[in-house]
Amino acid sequence: MSANKETLGKTVGVVLAVCLVCSIVVSSAAVGLRALQQTNASLDKKTNILTAAGLAGEAKSKADIEALYAKRVSEKFVDLDTGNYVENPAADSGKAFDMYGKRAKDPATSIKVEGNVGFSSRSKIANVYHIKNESGAVERVILPIHGSGLWDLMYGFLAIDSDGNTIRELVYYAHKETPGLGGEIQNPAWQAMWNGKQIFKDGEVQIEVKKAAGTNNPYAVDALSGATLTSNGVQNTLTYWMGENGFGPYLKNQSWNEG
Amino acid sequence: MADVKEMKKALFGPILDSNPIALHVLGICSALAITTKLETALVMSLALTTVVAFSNLFISLIRNHIPSSVRIIIQMTIIASLVIVVDQILKAYSYEISKQLSVFVGLIITNCIVMGRAEAYAMKSPPAMSFLDGIGNGLGYSFILIVIGTIKELFGFGTILGYEILPLITNGGWYQANGLLILPFSSFFLIGGMIWFIRTIRPEQVEPKE
Repeated sequence: MSANKETLGKTVGVVLAVCLVCSIVVSSAAVGLRALQQTNASLDKKTNILTAAGLAGEAKSKADIEALYAKRVSEKFVDLDTGNYVENPAADSGKAFDMYGKRAKDPATSIKVEGNVGFSSRSKIANVYHIKNESGAVERVILPIHGSGLWDLMYGFLAIDSDGNTIRELVYYAHKETPGLGGEIQNPAWQAMWNGKQIFKDGEVQIEVKKAAGTNNPYAVDALSGATLTSNGVQNTLTYWMGENGFGPYLKNQSWNEG
Repeated sequence: MADVKEMKKALFGPILDSNPIALHVLGICSALAITTKLETALVMSLALTTVVAFSNLFISLIRNHIPSSVRIIIQMTIIASLVIVVDQILKAYSYEISKQLSVFVGLIITNCIVMGRAEAYAMKSPPAMSFLDGIGNGLGYSFILIVIGTIKELFGFGTILGYEILPLITNGGWYQANGLLILPFSSFFLIGGMIWFIRTIRPEQVEPKE
């Protein structure tokens, strides 16, 4: 314990030295591990897309997932107003297209959203995924959807059959719902109930999340018990995204069948 | 260099005799939130133990140069840097778990155990002993988290580390999952029960009546 360690010069010196060392350690960790983290994030997204495609069981290792994704999945960009395909608007930037980031906020690339879906603006352009079968024909279309649950926005993928009407999978990959209650949206038993349900009846969005829906009703899925607000959130999300302001025009065009 | 007995005390003492959660009632916040599944509890334990051990080590190494007027800030800087490094490593090598732990790894920065050990022990003890003390307190924290994580996952989900032990009714078995145990606040009862248990077998921890 030296007596002079309380002087101003010493205090400033020690603080600067500690900060310098710490900042070097932190920044080298962040820079050194960035490549691995980005690989992880992109692999996670691809795994979720493959799950929605019903192909998750076919690939286990990282290399298998990458190979299967490259072979069966292709990303397309849709102008939601017209329902037509457009070029990747982020192609020049060198970054991956992200419909949830800045693009959903910037007035130039987004539109206002009315209603109770849980967000106030969305990107004008959405990225969807075509799942091709072995012979190259599109068998499923995967649409990104999101909307508020009980606590926060829930992000998921909705896989629709090539008829543009029959649901195959509803996979939520990011949410903050209560485990065991709202968190059951990730329960495989509940996810399986969506398979074969119909979205539209006479051109209107008919799909419902409701109590005692029964397995025979093609337009309804059982609500989660103890998670009414989460179930309502799923309902609002689907109503919005399947409707005229969401993927409605795109699903009517069915442009994936034109080659 | 301290003798072996003292080293043992620094390393194993915090597990039962001076457990940071059960005796000092520190670090409760994270113990409540991330013990829903055993796997997250294990990773959180490992992350916290690493951070306490190394923050104790580094703070102890420079303890004679830290001016007392800014000592808390310097401790925080070192702890925060370690936490960020641990968080980055988790994101790179264990992405799934880092998604589940989300903000709680970052919140190790404010975990009272880390600050408490830095201020109470590392500021006045040599590096090797401080390092052991950090590991010891990490183990004490881990011990509680693992016990609670096991109870909550077993009775809340019927699984241990994701393997089914009690088949759930929803999956065609006989066990009705206890929804209460899945919620974070059920840890209050469990930690309270553990404090009671530890103080029954270690009566010297009971505070004298006022």
